[in-house]
Amino acid sequence: MQQFANPTQFLKIANVVIPWTWIMTALLFAVGLYGALVTSPADYQQGETVRIIYVHVPAASLALIIYIAMAIFSAIAIIFRHPLADAAAKSAAPIGAVYCFLALATGSFWGKPMWGTWWVWDARLTSMFVLMLLYLGYIAVWHSIDEPHRAAAIARIVAIVGAINVPIVKFSVDWWNTLHQPASIIKLGGPSIDPSMLWPLLTMMTAYGFLFLTLHLTSVRSEIAARKLRQARLQDIGAADGL
Amino acid sequence: MLALIARDIALARSQGGGLGAALGFILSVLVLVPLALGPDQALLQRLAPGIMWLSLLLSVLLTADRMFQQDYEDGSLDVMMMGHLPFEVVTLTKALAHWLTVSLPLAVIAPPLGLMLNLDIRQLPLLGLSMIAGSLALTMVASIGGAVTAGLRRGGLLSSLLILPLYVPVLIFGVAVTTSGTGADHSIPALTVLLAIAVISVVIAPWASAAALKAYLR
Repeated sequence: MQQFANPTQFLKIANVVIPWTWIMTALLFAVGLYGALVTSPADYQQGETVRIIYVHVPAASLALIIYIAMAIFSAIAIIFRHPLADAAAKSAAPIGAVYCFLALATGSFWGKPMWGTWWVWDARLTSMFVLMLLYLGYIAVWHSIDEPHRAAAIARIVAIVGAINVPIVKFSVDWWNTLHQPASIIKLGGPSIDPSMLWPLLTMMTAYGFLFLTLHLTSVRSEIAARKLRQARLQDIGAADGL
Repeated sequence: MLALIARDIALARSQGGGLGAALGFILSVLVLVPLALGPDQALLQRLAPGIMWLSLLLSVLLTADRMFQQDYEDGSLDVMMMGHLPFEVVTLTKALAHWLTVSLPLAVIAPPLGLMLNLDIRQLPLLGLSMIAGSLALTMVASIGGAVTAGLRRGGLLSSLLILPLYVPVLIFGVAVTTSGTGADHSIPALTVLLAIAVISVVIAPWASAAALKAYLR
């Protein structure tokens, strides 16, 4: 991990990797969407609307995973003083917030035909909504504190304290048996979903993951550029003042 | 530590403000709710515990940003950080002082006020108990928000955005104590969970707010 600590080293690797992750993302989305829209069967109860699952579940899982990643980056920033960890956590937040919004929106479109309502105050929906608020709060911290080091220090704490919500979201459907269905992929005794639906779903999840990876690397790269720019500007001001 | 509590309580007393304003806030919510929902007694009775919880929660939230801000601005926090007490103990003490001066009195006063919303009188002791336990958690979580926004000029909105998501479990279990049915069998589990949340928040909050304040004091 330490070898990525050097921003120059990171940039070197990122520049090589990013085109490939773009290609992987495109391939996985092509295969996943083909599987989701063409080869996988319609559900015997839900009909064609079941296909929403292929955009809904990956977005929701990734929104949770990204938040965990953000909290881990923040912890790394506190423990190891890793120079890139803050940038990594900062860049992950907007992507996670968009995934979270996507999960809520597609869930809403799915809920209307299936449950007969756009929104219910069910445990999982509510905790997902809270996750969205946590993302927004985290982003707001970065925007409302001007001094970057101070903003980073505060944002770390906000991310880590907010991580308490993640297990609540994950297990909410098992603890409170409400409208949202319980977990069907990762559970004791193997997945309870047919292979013809499982493989497009997993492919779509990987595709979402690679999309996140690509956007994240790009975002960290531009974050480093922004830092350099800030540094250069400060030096310019210093030079102009004859310091 | 005791001296610090005494100092904060004395300060809160001499300045007034906190508790009085929060109490006024609860009273005005109390007036506005029947106006907004209509004076239907049965409806109000069903909603009363939830409304009282909501007004307690929001009034604690409103006082949160003052918890550290004044001491940050006049430099007392700098002195406290350099003192011999661990800084986490300082933040814990300040949060406790806030609890003793604002949240706890509110939690004691609020349930009887609920009678104005036609609260079922048999629920009164339960609501009081749950609010006292919950108010500790509310204060502790609020102290994180207050610390995170201590150095910001307009931190109020930001701290609400950060704190409200963390208030969700307190509110859920707090309301569950009175709405999950009458009788001890139904309310004791929720009450114990609420106590657990309060205890956990006492452990986590001082650490988090100390870390946040250190970022401002550096």
